[in-house]
Amino acid sequence: MAAADMNAAGLRRDERAERWRLFGLSSPALLLVLVILVIPVGWLFYVSFIGADGTFSLENYERMIKRKSYSRIFITTFQVSLLTTGLCILIGYPLAYFMSQLPVKWANLCLITVLLPFWTSLLVRTYAWLVLLQKQGLVNQWAISMGLWDEPLKFVHNMTGTLIGMVHIMLPFLILPVYGAMRAIDGDYLKAASNLGASPRRAFWTVFFPLSTPGLFAGSLMVFVLCLGFFVTPAVLGGGRVIMVSMKIVSNIELFVNWGAASALGVVLLLMTAVILWIASRFLKLEQMTGGGH
Amino acid sequence: MTTKPDALPITVRGVTKTYGRVRALDDVSLDVKSGEFLTLLGPSGSGKTTLLMVLAGFTRPDKGSLKFGEHEMIRTAPHLRGVGMVFQNYALFPHMTVAGNVGYPLRLRGTPKAEMAERIERALDLVQLGGYGKRGIEQLSGGQKQRVALARSIVFEPRILLMDEPLSALDKKLRDRMQIELRHLHEQLGMTTVYVTHDQREALTMSDRIAVVNHGRIMQLAEPQQLYDRPENKFVADFIGDSSFLPVMRGGAGVTFGDMAIRMDGAVPDADSLLLMIRPERARLLNGETPEDTNVFEATVTELVYQGESYLLYARLKDGSEIAVRGAIREGTYQNLPRAGDTARLGLHRADTVVIAGEDA
Ligand SMILES: Nc1ncnc2c1ncn2[C@@H]1O[C@H](COP(=O)(O)OP(=O)(O)OP(=O)(O)O)[C@@H](O)[C@H]1O
Ligand SMILES: [Mg+2]
Repeated sequence: MAAADMNAAGLRRDERAERWRLFGLSSPALLLVLVILVIPVGWLFYVSFIGADGTFSLENYERMIKRKSYSRIFITTFQVSLLTTGLCILIGYPLAYFMSQLPVKWANLCLITVLLPFWTSLLVRTYAWLVLLQKQGLVNQWAISMGLWDEPLKFVHNMTGTLIGMVHIMLPFLILPVYGAMRAIDGDYLKAASNLGASPRRAFWTVFFPLSTPGLFAGSLMVFVLCLGFFVTPAVLGGGRVIMVSMKIVSNIELFVNWGAASALGVVLLLMTAVILWIASRFLKLEQMTGGGH
Repeated sequence: MTTKPDALPITVRGVTKTYGRVRALDDVSLDVKSGEFLTLLGPSGSGKTTLLMVLAGFTRPDKGSLKFGEHEMIRTAPHLRGVGMVFQNYALFPHMTVAGNVGYPLRLRGTPKAEMAERIERALDLVQLGGYGKRGIEQLSGGQKQRVALARSIVFEPRILLMDEPLSALDKKLRDRMQIELRHLHEQLGMTTVYVTHDQREALTMSDRIAVVNHGRIMQLAEPQQLYDRPENKFVADFIGDSSFLPVMRGGAGVTFGDMAIRMDGAVPDADSLLLMIRPERARLLNGETPEDTNVFEATVTELVYQGESYLLYARLKDGSEIAVRGAIREGTYQNLPRAGDTARLGLHRADTVVIAGEDA
């Protein structure tokens, strides 16, 4: 019919115009992504393939495979990340569970205290741990005066210190998604479980825990990935004994002024993170991490 | 009503529950007979859910006693009470399949695998969902979820079944069908059932007896027909069905309306203030005739409403009170009905004449 045709053309034009407008509106954001993400990462890739003599070369990657010190660094990085994630789960999950059982008003107060550390800088928090945990630090002085132990214990400049600091920094990243997932669990599920004969413990393990795993998985993944590239805390509290990839990148630049080697490490770290996220995304919808899905 | 030997009676005595200043349950006593289908009916906020939650063990009352059979249950933990419950939003576990949900109570009880599969299938057959075991919960329609919830709550053969507005999320057609199905299922299984609804038609359709609840108190407990025909107080008369009320006085052998003696079969309740209850479909429009055994009221029509299969006529009596009359519409009758401003004579047979206690009783 003529009338229908007439409008069809006009409506198509409207549709196209709308799409252009949408594109126009999002172009500043796209530009920003291009400038701060695509170009630097592209540059990183490029530099990593430039050898010491300024020509194309794979020497930066070959060095990583050949030298034993590099593999140690990668192992340490994974070790620290895994341990931090594990400790965060052990501390954060019960805490989030406790918060989820509180009335919303109290839970929000707890949430604020969990987020409080974000208000001070990472560096300050890390150095605060140094002050607390060092040989003559508050913890050792107090414990010795109380007679808990006689010799000052070595809490910092080693793995212990690194882990204490890392767990402290990372904990909110685990608690937030876990708490969110727990809050979203309808109380009627637990009532139903109990009505059907489940003791509180059974109800927890058969209903509550499985329903909270998406949050737990998302939080753990976040913590793990953040740990992989972490710098400040292991650098300060590890005292040079705990060397992670990020620290090697810094020393490559500051000490050896070798941009190629640093870039190659950056690329490997980036790819590893991407692979881990990709594998994880096959098990859980990534939008659950960003809070979009349920 | 088939009473299976292991159905249990429920005895509630003096149960009170307050939330701050609100008395959600006010000294409730109630006997549910073994194998009975009893409905709690009442307006929103009247305490129906609270009472059901006390039965299931999720709400701890301030005081009172609750017995299943001979056993005092008021302090028993919910998971040890052995009652089945269908939640209003079904509360099906989203991380389990249909079979996982229905089998959940059996798994908790350590039922052997083979027997479990068989009982799951039998329960699903019973709610007409045979073969749906492998489905995920999200793949079910509202009515199917409702059935799965039902199957889950009966698969472990509880002796008491509680349901909190289980049909409220369904559309009207499905709700009507499920009402009949639930009723049949109850006849088949015979477990003592307490059902909550605020839909009076649902209550009248399904129940052996209905307890009308208001402000945390039971206003009347009776069989559906008794409740409709002989309500004990104005709240019940008003809440169930439509009715008009005329103030009447004790006089002569019975009661009088103005100077007119009312003919009636039933007894006059023992109360100071009395009301004559008139159901619109029990009253009728009289033409010239004056039938026997009928109370006749002269009135002025204020409004005539067309409602498809029937009409509703509002008329004002001399003393200012209003009566509604409903009648069927057949060929041509609608045109001959009186209109607003006309006078009309309304008749109420003495068998349909019911006097109830007024509000202050
Ligand atoms: N957990 C609670 N905290 C405070 N007040 C409550 C709580 N539960 C119920 N109440 C109050 O108790 C009264 C009875 O509530 P209940 O849920 O039993 O009503 P209901 O009859 O089930 O109503 P509906 O038909 O709306 O479901 C209401 O006034 C309600 O506000
Ligand atoms: Mg309710």
